[in-house]
Amino acid sequence: MNDMSPDRAERSEKLNGLGCSRKRVEDARFTQGKGNYVDDIKLDGMLSGDFVRSPYAHAKVVNISTEKALEVPGVLAVLTATDLEPLNLHWMPTLAGDKQMVLADGKVLFQGQEVAFVVATDRFAAADGVEAVDVEYEELPVLTDPFEALKSDIVLREDLEKGADGAHGPRKHHNHIFTWEAGDKDATEQVLSHSDVVAEEMVYYHRTHPCPLETCGCVASMDKVNGKLTLWGTFQAPHAIRTVVSLISGIEEHNIRIVSPDIGGGFGNKVGAYPGYVCSVVASIVTGKPVKWIEDRMDNLMATAFARDYWMQGKIAATKEGKITGLWCHTTADHGGFDACADPSKFPAGFMSICTGSYDIPTAYLAVDGVYTNKAPGGVAYRCSFRVTEAAYFVERMMEVLAIELNMDAAELRRINFIRKDQFPYQSALGWEYDSGDYHAAWDKALAAVDYAGLRREQAERIEAFKAGHTRKLLGIGLTHFTEIVGAGPVKNCDILGLGMFDSCEIRIHPTGSALARIGAISQGQGHATTFAQILASEIGLPAESITVEQGDTDTAPYGLGTYGSRSTPVSGAATALAGRKIRAKAQMIAAYLLEVHDDDVEFDVDRFVVKGAPERFKTMKEIAFAAYNQAVPGIEPGLEAVSYYDPPNMTYPFGAYICVMEIDVDTGEHDIRQFYALDDCGTRINPMIIEGQVHGGLTEALAIAMGQEIAYDDMGNVKTGTLMDFFLPTVCETPHYTTDYTTTPSPHHPIGAKGVGESPNVGGVPAFSNAVHDAFRAFGLRQSHMPHDQWRVWKIANDLGLHN
Amino acid sequence: MIPAAFEYYRPRDISSAVSLLDQFGDEARVIAGGHSLIPMMKLRMADVPHLVDLQDLDELSGIEVGDTIKIGAMTTQYEMINDDDLADVAPILREAALQIADPQVRYMGTIGGNVANGDPGNDLPGLMQCLDAVYSVVSSDGKRTIPAREFYKAAFSTARKDTEILTSVSFCAPKGGCAYVKQKRKIGDYATAAAAVQIERQGDRCTAASIAMTNLSDIPVWSEAAASALLDTGVDEGAVKSAVSGMLGDIDPAEDNRGPVAFKRHVAGVILTRAISSAWARA
Repeated sequence: MNDMSPDRAERSEKLNGLGCSRKRVEDARFTQGKGNYVDDIKLDGMLSGDFVRSPYAHAKVVNISTEKALEVPGVLAVLTATDLEPLNLHWMPTLAGDKQMVLADGKVLFQGQEVAFVVATDRFAAADGVEAVDVEYEELPVLTDPFEALKSDIVLREDLEKGADGAHGPRKHHNHIFTWEAGDKDATEQVLSHSDVVAEEMVYYHRTHPCPLETCGCVASMDKVNGKLTLWGTFQAPHAIRTVVSLISGIEEHNIRIVSPDIGGGFGNKVGAYPGYVCSVVASIVTGKPVKWIEDRMDNLMATAFARDYWMQGKIAATKEGKITGLWCHTTADHGGFDACADPSKFPAGFMSICTGSYDIPTAYLAVDGVYTNKAPGGVAYRCSFRVTEAAYFVERMMEVLAIELNMDAAELRRINFIRKDQFPYQSALGWEYDSGDYHAAWDKALAAVDYAGLRREQAERIEAFKAGHTRKLLGIGLTHFTEIVGAGPVKNCDILGLGMFDSCEIRIHPTGSALARIGAISQGQGHATTFAQILASEIGLPAESITVEQGDTDTAPYGLGTYGSRSTPVSGAATALAGRKIRAKAQMIAAYLLEVHDDDVEFDVDRFVVKGAPERFKTMKEIAFAAYNQAVPGIEPGLEAVSYYDPPNMTYPFGAYICVMEIDVDTGEHDIRQFYALDDCGTRINPMIIEGQVHGGLTEALAIAMGQEIAYDDMGNVKTGTLMDFFLPTVCETPHYTTDYTTTPSPHHPIGAKGVGESPNVGGVPAFSNAVHDAFRAFGLRQSHMPHDQWRVWKIANDLGLHN
Repeated sequence: MIPAAFEYYRPRDISSAVSLLDQFGDEARVIAGGHSLIPMMKLRMADVPHLVDLQDLDELSGIEVGDTIKIGAMTTQYEMINDDDLADVAPILREAALQIADPQVRYMGTIGGNVANGDPGNDLPGLMQCLDAVYSVVSSDGKRTIPAREFYKAAFSTARKDTEILTSVSFCAPKGGCAYVKQKRKIGDYATAAAAVQIERQGDRCTAASIAMTNLSDIPVWSEAAASALLDTGVDEGAVKSAVSGMLGDIDPAEDNRGPVAFKRHVAGVILTRAISSAWARA
């Protein structure tokens, strides 16, 4: 059935399936203030918890005096490590195989660390109780620099056995966590010593924070009558949380129900397990009442999972014509006081080994050393797939540095090094199999769209005008071609705490032809209820409007590893398509029975099964659904349901070409983004409007990171950027106009060819903005300047280059 | 971000408000728009056992435009921006107020709160020094006025006594050209550097000038040295450089997340140069 008769087109359009810009079904409630977030949950007798946090980055906890706090009206209990120890809950395992204090056990390792948990009848009393807890500290010397930490005699983690291996192998020093390697070290060093040109640079991707609009929080309710614990919370991976809670509390997993209600953004911040969850559960068990814990903004920025903080020393080798021969990278990763990174178990540095990027680099080597410092733990994938942003930033900066070294145009250097279309599937030197791509096509389209040659001419004229004193503004052209690795992942090498990173979908078709689909992923704003219904609409021929997508309740949703690392569409979306195909397979048999033909004599046609060669004889999916419940079809069970657990055969590899044109005021360090062009190739496009929204949002977060957002510490380990006054969240006024574009290279192994897109703009956006800043100053001798490129740092670039003289 | 408990009062007239201040002394604070005080209370950096809300005191609101301009302390920045008579006579008020925080803050933020709090980051104190404004305050002892140029003693420390309420801000309709130029990191931020400039000219000569800088010291800096460098000049490049040099002698910026001292001093010069250029063109 290849003809697209008007009738078929019309029927297809009515489904609102794949490829249409269906309006988000979530927005009716979100735009009317009718969302149901965790802080909206109010239960009878619910108590409130709040933390006493450490003002010091490194200190012994000599004494915690709770008497005065317990006298505060409304305060019922103050939990300390001493109270948790008999339950063996004063420490908890991290996702990275380390352990973390739930409450300070004799010492604190970062400012903002949880020291005591005050439980009170309301939020105000809890805060007053926190104020009244008296903690005696003895300050210890502070390590905020990972390089210094690796040399220092100061031991941060006395709890770790000296000389014993960590979760990821040998530890070289008491502040060292792991070394992780990929590629061929010897071969790469050989290449470096025999190549025409080697460019070397330290590329720092500073510490920042996902800072979702909604902070982290939970409500724990232990029903002592039936022994069932219900935990509502801001969980990006509710099933994984259920398993973790069961493992550390000893409560059997069937007696735990985890619910993720509406979530106001996650961006990786809500993947991990935090002391607030453990303390709320314990407090509910102790008091027999529901206990709510909600972070405030300062708690969130100071204590729950940061992102990045990678010092990436790079060497890139090439022929004098610019063909890359090898890439070497040594990364020093600052993980803070505990290793609480959220990565697949076998990848303590995430997918940093995608750092060969979009380029055909024959030989490469990567080593990553994780280091403890007196900073908050975390290291989550802030709108990216496990360190892919760091990798993309690294290689895109190294390309610029190599272009300078070769005195070449950076666009041309990329072009001659791209993996060619005919090389896919492509085996990278660091061990990945890139599934598909057409980088040259995307690149050419992007360069043509912005009139790249014209921009370079304008830039050259601007430089002359600047030198002649006619302007104080420089023009930067920031180029990026990024390749992501998302959709973790194949169970054979991807797990978290031993849980394979498959995902799932369960579908029930109701007799009247509507459907309920439950998935293992959980939206934090991505719009799953909209797009997953579209996937199914196209697969099962029922309108998207007739399909409810449910997620986030572990008592009803099938097991899944949640939503992060752009894995929803690649993994749970694939499970959804395959579950839909199971529905269709059964529907085919029912249709054949109803049409009194053999199963093979009917075929699917948009919203119905038709008899081959006789399209006037058909049964719609709606008719088939009813028949599934009212006809006794020989040899077929009643009902129409399916479940699919999908173990992806490979990751997906979305890519894109971004170009940023930026004006920079040399005297004030201010910038103005004149143009931003973003071409994304995410394979099959499910909902172009949602893709555009995701790209706009991700680019704005990328803008924030590149141009100002950071978690900065002073030498004493004090957080300098703990409020939104100093932690840069762009408003509409700082956000430029974006031009979006696309090419479509479907994933060959994904059931519908989709690759994931939500994180692409952050991965590609950061180097595009940063490269624009660097490019503006290239003619004056700048090679590398670390982010964030806020006003004073940009001013300092100009000042150091003598442009203020 | 939960404040300590406090008593809340909402007097209907000034005498009731004043007597509350007499009663509680330094344990009481008046609140106008609250956009500085409430965050400080939530952070528990301001301990205010008795909070006296002035929003029912209608007599503190309103803008009178004549040879002298009088703005009631509870007038919001939004009201200042949208008062066309004020904009005709003193467009600098609208220009400066539009650079305060963001629209949502400006619906609540008042001129009185902005000038009385003594926050070196606030924009209006510098502007009021530039315009030589006078603040009226009242207490149970009666009324008095304090020149803006004598009001600020140190960060969050002013000439207003704890028992006094600032009721209005008055200044002569500005002559010549004015400009308020501000560099900030983002909408809603305090100034990295800001300059308020007023210049009068006759022909090609500058006959009067007044210059004040914001957030470059622990108080606003009215720089006589900067202004006098422009007097009797054609406000040429040399004169502007002298003015900048005079200003740099008066400011004392501190390093913070906006940048190091050298950066702040540099952009203070750039911003002042731009403000002078703009005010001169308007004069």
